[in-house]
Amino acid sequence: MGEHFTVYRSLLAASVRSQLAYPASFTLQCAAQALLQLQNMVVILVLFSRVGEMGGFTRQEALLIFSLAGISFGLADMLVGSLDQLGRLVRTGTLDALLLRPLPAMTQICATDFALRRVGTVGTALAVLGYVLATSDISWTPLRVAVLLITPLTGLVLLGAVWVAASATTFWLVEGQELPNAVTYGSGLFTSYPVSIFSGWLLRLMAFVVPGAFVAYYPALAILGKPDPLGLPPVLQYSAPLVAVLAAGVAALAWRAGLRHYVGTGS
Amino acid sequence: MLACYLRLIRAGFRRYSTYRQAMVAGLATNVVFGFMRCAVLLTVFAGSAQVAGYDPSRTVTFAWIGQGLIAVVLIWGNTDFGERVRSGDVAVDLLRPVDLQAALLAEDLGRASFALLTRFTFPLLIGLAFFDLTLPGSALRWTAFGLSVLLAILVSFAIRFLLNLVAFWLLDWRGLLSLHGAISTVLAGLAIPIAFFPGWARVAIWATPFPAIIQAPIDIAIGRGSALLLLTHQLTWAVALLAAGRLVLGRAIRTLVIQGG
Repeated sequence: MGEHFTVYRSLLAASVRSQLAYPASFTLQCAAQALLQLQNMVVILVLFSRVGEMGGFTRQEALLIFSLAGISFGLADMLVGSLDQLGRLVRTGTLDALLLRPLPAMTQICATDFALRRVGTVGTALAVLGYVLATSDISWTPLRVAVLLITPLTGLVLLGAVWVAASATTFWLVEGQELPNAVTYGSGLFTSYPVSIFSGWLLRLMAFVVPGAFVAYYPALAILGKPDPLGLPPVLQYSAPLVAVLAAGVAALAWRAGLRHYVGTGS
Repeated sequence: MLACYLRLIRAGFRRYSTYRQAMVAGLATNVVFGFMRCAVLLTVFAGSAQVAGYDPSRTVTFAWIGQGLIAVVLIWGNTDFGERVRSGDVAVDLLRPVDLQAALLAEDLGRASFALLTRFTFPLLIGLAFFDLTLPGSALRWTAFGLSVLLAILVSFAIRFLLNLVAFWLLDWRGLLSLHGAISTVLAGLAIPIAFFPGWARVAIWATPFPAIIQAPIDIAIGRGSALLLLTHQLTWAVALLAAGRLVLGRAIRTLVIQGG
């Protein structure tokens, strides 16, 4: 395990060095990520210029959800977003080479394609969070502070699990590597809004089957001390860590099943 | 000569119709986002029946046509040509007895036609099945919409061509591409109707070529504003950007040094 970590660290360092080799390009890519995140915020602000509340949330409350979701999504994309490339690795046979090395394939994929540019997303989301916390009137309790501090981590685990589980489908649908986007980038959009604006199958699928509601929505309700507009039990507001552990377990099983199914594309 | 370009259009169509699984996967994503965008946009009607000239029906039509156009106009760009510049394969392209820009455009039109048949049509049918859409009511408006989509493809091609040409000067031009990808969603009118913005922002956004790619065809479909004015905006940008592409290509070729041979 310790040995794995050393290898992982040097792969990561090499990946970071290679990204910094073109500083101008890297700066532009960071700026692009920041801009993308700002653009998503502009959409929310423009919507709130036309309406007073969204799904039972005021502008400040919605921005709290948006910023918490943005931090987790940026971190998840940074760490495991490169699994998007799995289809290409399978098609070109690169995966076979990775499987021969004494380090888990997923670790290798994620370390060599570590998306440092996503600091742009995380930075912007953090700035929005700072603004929201400074301008909102939240009555802090130790429990609420704890929820605030742990939410980026649970959100990262949740979205990371979604990414891993969704990418594992690529082992079966090699050409369909865009399919996971529906739930990975889809969760990026879904989790940055109050889930109470959605309904029907979309809400059930993206909030509870794909556990999007636990990334930012329920933690934000806990921090704000607000009852759930969906009317579901209050215990859900504190369930994110438990759901994250479960999701990580499911993702690990899905990935293993995928790897076992994989027999190479051969030539 | 024309026959050659027609064959390139067909080749573009065939090339993209080969990857059926990829097409279905992309389609699924567009559809899921379509439902989500509808839910997000419909929140503005909590207190009023009309917002900036949009009613709920026009708003969901906005969302579904936008989702359908993503793959047709490749709103976030593509890198095929830039990669050929980077690898030096562009030297082979330049040796061919066809106009490079026209040949790439022909191939892109073929690609876009396949996308229209699949990635545009299917989300629209899903939208029709689940929502009350506002679609053109007359043959004339359908014709104007068709023309507008064609112009949208031309403008988007012209922008993508210019962005890829940067590869002649910059070894790593992906930063620029991602910057373009980051601003195009809002500026083109994919995420939210441009009409929802405050007045000064609307003027600024319409001064760019981006609304010609998504918002203009949508406006024509749902009958907002003057179709003639919208088509003129698109045509002007198409001509200007295609001409700019030719100019820059001419300069780029002069900077090109081909090794070996």
